[in-house]
Amino acid sequence: MFIKDYISDVYKAVRSLLTGMKTTGKYFIHPGEIITQQYPENRDQLHLPERFRGEVVMIHDENNEHACTGCTACELACPNATIKIITKFDISPEGKKKKALDTFIYHLELCTMCNLCIQACPTDAIKMAQNFEHSVYDRSKLTKKLNQPGSKIKEGVE
Amino acid sequence: MYTETQIIKSGAPASIAGALDGTGELVINVGPQHPATHGVLHLVITLNGETIRKIEPHLGYIHRSIEKMCESLSYRQFIYVTSRMDYLSSHINNHACALTVEKGLQLEIPPRAQVIRVLMDELTRVASHELWWGAMAMDLGAFTPFFYAFRERETITDIMEETCGARLTMNYICPGGVNYDIHPNFQRRVKDFIQLFKSKIHEYDELVTGNIIFQNRMKGVGTLSREDAISFGCTGPVARGSGVSSDIRKLFPYEIYDKLNFEEITETAGDSFARYMVRIREMHQSISIIEQLIDNIPEGDFQAKTKAVLKLPKGEFYSRVETARGELGVYIVSEGGTTPYRIKFRSPGFSNLSALDHMARGSKLGDLVAMMGTLDLVIPDIDR
Repeated sequence: MFIKDYISDVYKAVRSLLTGMKTTGKYFIHPGEIITQQYPENRDQLHLPERFRGEVVMIHDENNEHACTGCTACELACPNATIKIITKFDISPEGKKKKALDTFIYHLELCTMCNLCIQACPTDAIKMAQNFEHSVYDRSKLTKKLNQPGSKIKEGVE
Repeated sequence: MYTETQIIKSGAPASIAGALDGTGELVINVGPQHPATHGVLHLVITLNGETIRKIEPHLGYIHRSIEKMCESLSYRQFIYVTSRMDYLSSHINNHACALTVEKGLQLEIPPRAQVIRVLMDELTRVASHELWWGAMAMDLGAFTPFFYAFRERETITDIMEETCGARLTMNYICPGGVNYDIHPNFQRRVKDFIQLFKSKIHEYDELVTGNIIFQNRMKGVGTLSREDAISFGCTGPVARGSGVSSDIRKLFPYEIYDKLNFEEITETAGDSFARYMVRIREMHQSISIIEQLIDNIPEGDFQAKTKAVLKLPKGEFYSRVETARGELGVYIVSEGGTTPYRIKFRSPGFSNLSALDHMARGSKLGDLVAMMGTLDLVIPDIDR
């Protein structure tokens, strides 16, 4: 009886090992089913979905105009103090003073891509871009100025 | 090489010196940097030969004081931080927080948002269990299952990436519903995933479940009795492996779980293999829940109308959900302002870890890896 159990145990054990090896062996002789991606060689074919959150950018149109009024709603919505907005006063042709955006400072090194600033923006001035390769040699390069030099606010955005 | 006398003369601790004569105990450290601990967990293990006498977990290496941080964040902002607790089921953490805030605001959630939330929860649960399966097999010495698990998990993270915008820390749930509607491709891709999962799940059983080496290393190892599982406060698959009915989705249904048709998985053995089987069978249940819902997402709003600044009334609010690891409770004390006065997370990993010492006493050091693997420890969840 003991020998019979012993032999059946050995048989079951060897069979269970062979079942597993059959699975791995199947993939060994079918390399077409391997789904490994060769990053960064495939960088050109890499397609990221449009909702992917990589970094915050400010939308500029062809006239170098943005829609940011400097209302600081994004600065208040941010949980990590990633955004700092510096405003200035523009003087209109009629001589009126008007609050406008001077510098939109974005600390990428503090950002967790939570999307709260995008949702808070009343004029859709900022959006999330798909770029995810943020490595730089100097940490100070991660602090960015989002409004392009010489840009101004679009007509009609309040 | 040091000789015995050299060690004793050099003033080594009594524990080491005692071990050398074969009578005393030896204290060794596993972690904080150790491949078997899946993070910065530090276990101080007292050994007698190869037998474990005592295990003392030393915590705090990844403590970020999330509870204190949340006190300075508004009710919209604090949800994203909780993704960083149990990062493998971050969606379910966010869900628990949103439920607590909604309880305080007495918000009615649109049915579409409820269904989307439950769908995402179950996808997260499958992804988390798949990663656990691969990592546990890797702990026990098999490297290949890790890649097989990640093949299926990658499909889920791609779905998450498309709809939520991120792969791991989604931040998709907000008080009142979800942040944006599902992607037009969502239903098709989830159905593709279900097909892929069903065509591949038998490989899991062939590779690991039926394998004699894994069975011998898991059966009868780290047995936790039903009474001990209750007294240590274990929840989730750890408690259900010991036969304790602890599924929050069944006991305290939230969202639409009371209308769904699914089983609560329990095993009676209480050993590592029982906990393993609970998780494997739970994946099938989650897939069945997804199948019930994926064609029946009701039309309508995905978000209830809320004010820009949320203010909870004065009082205390508690809600709980079933994460992939067990019961997550969120307790908020509000003074009526825009930020919580005090917040407390009852995380499943902390209570499950407390059972490790009791489980491991008297067993061999090599079995500890199997016990830790089946406890499914996520260290940022324990430390917060």
